[in-house]
Parts: sequence; structure tokens; C-alpha cells
Amino acid sequence: MPQNEYIERWQKQHGKRFDYEERKRKRLAREGHKASENAQNLRGLRAKMYAEKRRKEKIQMKKQIRAHEERNVKSSEPAEPSSTPLPQYLLDRSSETNAKALSSAIKQKRNEKAARFSVPIPKVKGISEEEMFSVIKTGKKTHKKSWKRMITKPTFVGPGFTRRPVKYERFIRPMGLRYKKANVTHPGLNVTVQLPIISVKKNPSNPMYTQLGVLSRGTIIEVNVSELGLVTAGNKVVWGKYAQITNNPENDGCLNAVLLV
Amino acid sequence: MATQYPPPSKRQKREQAEIARQQQDVEQTIPDGSVRVRFVDQATGETGSLPVLTVPLSQASTKNLEILLNELKDQADDRIPYRFFPDGGAEALGDKEDLYNALVKPGKVSAESEITLQYAPQAVFRVKAVSRCAAAISGHGDNILAIQYSPVNSSRMASGSGDKTLRIWDCDTGTPVHTLKGHTGWVLAVSYAPDGTIIASGGYDRIVRIWDSTTGKPIGGPLKGHTDFITSLSWEPYHLQVHGRPRVASSSKDGTVRIWDAIGGKVDFALTGHKGNVTCVKWGGTGKIYTSSHDKTIKVWSASSGSLLHTLSGHAHWVNHLALSTDSVLRTSFHDHTRTIPPTQEEKLAKAKSRFEKASTIGGEIVERLATASEDCTLFLWTPHTSTKPVTRMTGHQKQVNQVSFSPDGTILASCAFDNHVKIWSARDGKFLFSLRAHVGPVYMTSFSADSRLLASCSKDTTIKVWDLRTGKLKEDLPGHKDQVFALDWSPDGERVGSGGADKQVRIWRN
Repeated sequence: MPQNEYIERWQKQHGKRFDYEERKRKRLAREGHKASENAQNLRGLRAKMYAEKRRKEKIQMKKQIRAHEERNVKSSEPAEPSSTPLPQYLLDRSSETNAKALSSAIKQKRNEKAARFSVPIPKVKGISEEEMFSVIKTGKKTHKKSWKRMITKPTFVGPGFTRRPVKYERFIRPMGLRYKKANVTHPGLNVTVQLPIISVKKNPSNPMYTQLGVLSRGTIIEVNVSELGLVTAGNKVVWGKYAQITNNPENDGCLNAVLLV
Repeated sequence: MATQYPPPSKRQKREQAEIARQQQDVEQTIPDGSVRVRFVDQATGETGSLPVLTVPLSQASTKNLEILLNELKDQADDRIPYRFFPDGGAEALGDKEDLYNALVKPGKVSAESEITLQYAPQAVFRVKAVSRCAAAISGHGDNILAIQYSPVNSSRMASGSGDKTLRIWDCDTGTPVHTLKGHTGWVLAVSYAPDGTIIASGGYDRIVRIWDSTTGKPIGGPLKGHTDFITSLSWEPYHLQVHGRPRVASSSKDGTVRIWDAIGGKVDFALTGHKGNVTCVKWGGTGKIYTSSHDKTIKVWSASSGSLLHTLSGHAHWVNHLALSTDSVLRTSFHDHTRTIPPTQEEKLAKAKSRFEKASTIGGEIVERLATASEDCTLFLWTPHTSTKPVTRMTGHQKQVNQVSFSPDGTILASCAFDNHVKIWSARDGKFLFSLRAHVGPVYMTSFSADSRLLASCSKDTTIKVWDLRTGKLKEDLPGHKDQVFALDWSPDGERVGSGGADKQVRIWRN
């Protein structure tokens, strides 16, 4: 038992005072008077603090009232007869008006559309090119025009990748910052498994980063889930599935992702 | 100038000749041989005393089978047309088909095996499918909500409308006969008495009114008592009526059913017990009243004492409509296809009674079956005389079922639903037969032709469609209404179909 719940403990053991309910009722009844007295008589800092507290309470109250009012609005047409005569079998149906049905259908469609593109991390901070690339100034020619860049963030390169000849390699992806695996969490099952990455699908900061395979927070990657044994509706084993990176790999030294299901 | 085609080549000519020859000798290709045929009554599923016969294939056409069956049943002097369903299939043999081409040749049965043919008697008369609009009559000032033909013949029709009036139409000429004013609300239900002399109407104004159908004058004052609008009306069957004192039952949204003495203008008694809107009331031919309600139950009442006999429960949502297997006989009483009206009261009574007994007798006892349509997308079939348990539950509709009706011969059920389909079921065991798909809006009502061979349906998609029930195919598509069609009725003599809807025009269709 937490140490601070001594009152509850006492009440469990001995029961409440006999006049508990009445005292409570009276306190509640006095509340308005008390508030009014405080508002009129407090002075100085205490008055300021009280006024601030009261203001916040009032905002909350108004919000609540508005919420209640909204709930009371009838969503469908009232049971009153419509102006157009209808046969007996159509009379008692709580017919949503056509406009209403249409608008709700559109809203639903919009929601669905949004849901299709919704990901766990919808917005990420953009990464500028200055931050991403460092200019390489080794060698005479390279130094002169400074056209060679090194990527300073973790990257994924495919398994069959070979570097291009030095003369043509514009972007260098350092070996130490390459990742092949990600710790992927299945949100429904609440399990985390280390899975091999198949490809980088989208880096939200810049389409060029997608091409280069930069792994930053919010990047969508495709992972190999054949170990998980997921099955499609058609009873086929799923092997590639999308996941979104949830941590900052350059800070953490590991890749955590959440599976998009 | 038109292009001239070159004359057909030798190969084309040869192929043409080949096709022509094959087409020619199709008729003569029924080989010698015979099949063994067993006849089974579709209503009971039993053979009875009929022997298993060996029939030569070349003779086994539907016509000959019909003659054979009539001979076997000793009805040679008064032949009844039969329809043959091979081995419990949904589709019957066509009138011009024969066993060889329909069954043996497609390989459905082998010539050596025994063929079981379920036979179902058909009406001795034939209703032609309506195919054209004979009249579109304006007159009503608002939506037409209810239509019913007179049981006498198809020349008189009554329609109730949102303009608070009832109109009686002369369908021979397409002209209005009477305008019956008196209601102060929409007229929701119209019902001709079984002898055709009186009309009852119920409206949104909670009042039932009784009218003389020939003069259009009200009989008595308004029948007040209900506290909410009237949903349906049902007359006491003719053979149960005390002469000169016909009674009518009205169901209302207030949860009660009231039995009125139509001439005396007084309430006989009220049936209270439903906890919700009573959607439909039907007065059965054995002195029972059946009611369906939004409280998910169907109740069976005694029409003599007004006491509750049974409560049939099983539906999971509102019960929208109910149908009796004897509906059309009770509606027409002594008016049959011969159009001869018995001269005296006793003969009328006797004829109405014998017609009812003929329609409701299955296997030697009177069985009135009940079908109910519900908001839970299912239908139930009941035999309230023998059991409070349903015979079967019919599932298949994807949305609420709005209406259900029995065919006049009591062998087929048609249900229409908000999922745009009409479904056809066997009324004996509730077996699914056909789904009639062509409507593109909710189907509001269906109506059988008097010979049970055709079905008309009206829909929100502004059309009326006529279906052939032997094949389950669309027979006629009747566009014409400019807005949704609320009400539909096929006249009991089969001549005409009347319809009305939100375009405020009554349309009369005929063949």
C-alpha cells in the first residue's frame, strides 16, 4: 500500500464517520459562499493567486458546458414527420437526411484517406544539407573544387553495394555508420525483434536522402519480417513490411523502429 | 454508295450448310429409349399412391407429363396444369420443354436412372405480364402512399395520398370516380372489404374511416380511439362475418390493435399487449388475428374473445411485415377467376368458405402459415396452429427486409428488402430459390399475379419490374414514374397493376 493513502486505509478498517455524507453535502453547499468571500476579501499576492486559479476553473467549466451542449445536439432527424408524406413502412425509420448522410460519408472517407498515410511519427525536423554532408578536401583536385561529400549520418547500403572509383564517387557513406539491422517493435503484439533491413523507402527530409539511404528519425524503412511469421488475408507469408524509425540513430548507435500495421 | 461484299467463299458456304442441317434435325434427335419417372407432391414431399412409370423419351414432354399426371389422379375430365421441378431444383420445366432436352441431354440425369419430378398444381387461368402504361392519372395533390384494387374486378381502384384524401379510380377509362374527403392527415392505409362494397382507410390523423365504395360517401362517422397513426388495416374474412356486421382490425403506432364494427361505428374491443408500434395486422381465416410489432414479437389473438393465444418470438429487431398463406383468398372471398358471383348470401358464404379451405388445406388439414419480415435482415416462417416455434429462419438479405408476401397458391414467398433485391423462397420449407436482382434502389413492395406465375415489384429507383417466377428472370421493366414508387397492387383478376408514388400520379399498367 502506498504510504500516503492512510485515509483510505482507515476508512476500510473502521468505516466512514456517521456524519460523513452530511458534512460533505454542507461543504459543497458552502462552496459558493466560500468562493465569493475569498474573491471579495483576499488581498495582495493571495488575491492574485486566487483570481488566477478561479479564472482557470471558469475556463474549464465553460469548456465542459460547451461539450455537453454539443453532445445534446441531435445527430439525426427528429422523429417528427417530415413535410413530405411517406408510407407507413418508411415513417418510423430514423432517417438521416440525405445531406447529413453525404457529409458524414465524405468525412469518413477523408479520415480513411488520412489514416492510410498516417504514421506513428507524422512530423520530423528537417535536416539541412550543411548538417548532413561534410566537404572532403583531400587531394589536389578534390580540394580545388570541393565536390566530394561525406555523409555524417547513419546510412543503409544494399548488400551488393560496391563503391565506385574514387574519381566518380561523389558521396561517401562511411563504413562505421552503416546499419544492416533494426530493432523493430510490433505495436499490436508488443514485442521487439531485430530484423534485417531490406531498403529505405522514404526519408521525409529530402528525396535525395532517400536515394542515399540515410537513416534518420521518421524515415520509413522496409524490413524483413519473415521471422515473425505474419500472414496475409490470402494466407501467404509476408516477408517485407514497412517500419518507421523512432529514435535518433546518430545519437544512440542503434536503430529502433516501429512496424506500420 | 454502299460497299458490296464479295460472295461467300466455298468454305463459308459449306459451314453455313452444316449449321443449317444441324439446326434442322434438332427436333428429330430424341433417341428411342425410356426413363422411369416418379411423381412427388411438392407441398408434402410424398409420392402417395402414384406408381413409378416408365415413359418413352420421345413422348416425355411437359404437356404429355401433365396429361399423364391428370390421368393418374383421376382428373381427366377437369385437367389442372402442373409444373414439374426435376429433383427439387429451383427452376421448373418450361411448357415447351421435354425431359430429354432439359435433363438427359445436358447430363443432369442418365437415361437409366429414375427421375424424380416434384409437381405443383398451377392456376387454371393465366395472367399476362403487364407491359405498358395504360394511364397516368394526375389528381392527387401529394405523394400516393397506399393503393388497393377492388376484389370484385380490376375496374375500380382506391388510392390514399398525402393530400389527406382517398380517390377511387375507374381503371377502364383512366378517370377519377370519387374523391373521399374527411381525413385530416395523410392516408396511410386503404383496404377494400372482401365483398368489395366497403372501403376502410386509416391515416396519420389517428382515425379510421369507413366508406361506401360505389357512392364514395362515408358510412358513419370517424372511428376514434387510437392515440397514434394507423399502420395497417385488415378486414374480417367473409366466411367468418356475421351478416351485415363486418368488422375491421386496425393497428396503430400506439401499440394497440382495435377491432371496429364497421357499420355500427363502435369499437368491439382493443388488443393491447404489444410494447411498441404495431406494424401489421392480419385477420386469419380460422378466427385468429396476427399482429407484428416493433417489440420484436408476433402475437396471435382470438378474434372472438380478444384474448392473447400465443406470442411468437425469435426476431432480433423490429418485425416489419407479416403475410398469411391465405392472404389473397381472404382478400377476394367469393370473387374468383370465373367472375361469377353467387346470387344468394348462403352461396356466397359457402363459396368463400370452400375457397379458403381449398387454399389452406395441406395434407388433409387446414394449415395457415405465417411469414414475417424483420429489421434484423431475416424472415421467419411459422405454423401458429401447431407450434410457437418457427418452421425455419430465412437468411440472405443484406439489409432490412421491408415486406413479405405469399403467392396466391401458397407455394412461394417473396421478400423485398432495402438491399435492392427481391428474394424468392419456397413456402413449404423456406428453401431459397431465387434472388431477383435488377433494382438499383431499395425495393418497397412486391405483388403477385393471381396465377402465382409472375411477380411485380416497385422500388425507390422509380421503376416497376415484373419477374417470371419459373425462371427467376426479369420479364418486364416498366419505367415511367418520375419519382420513387411507394405503393403497388396487382388486381386480383390479374388484368392490371396499379402504382403510385412520390410523383403524385397514379399509373395503371396492363398487358
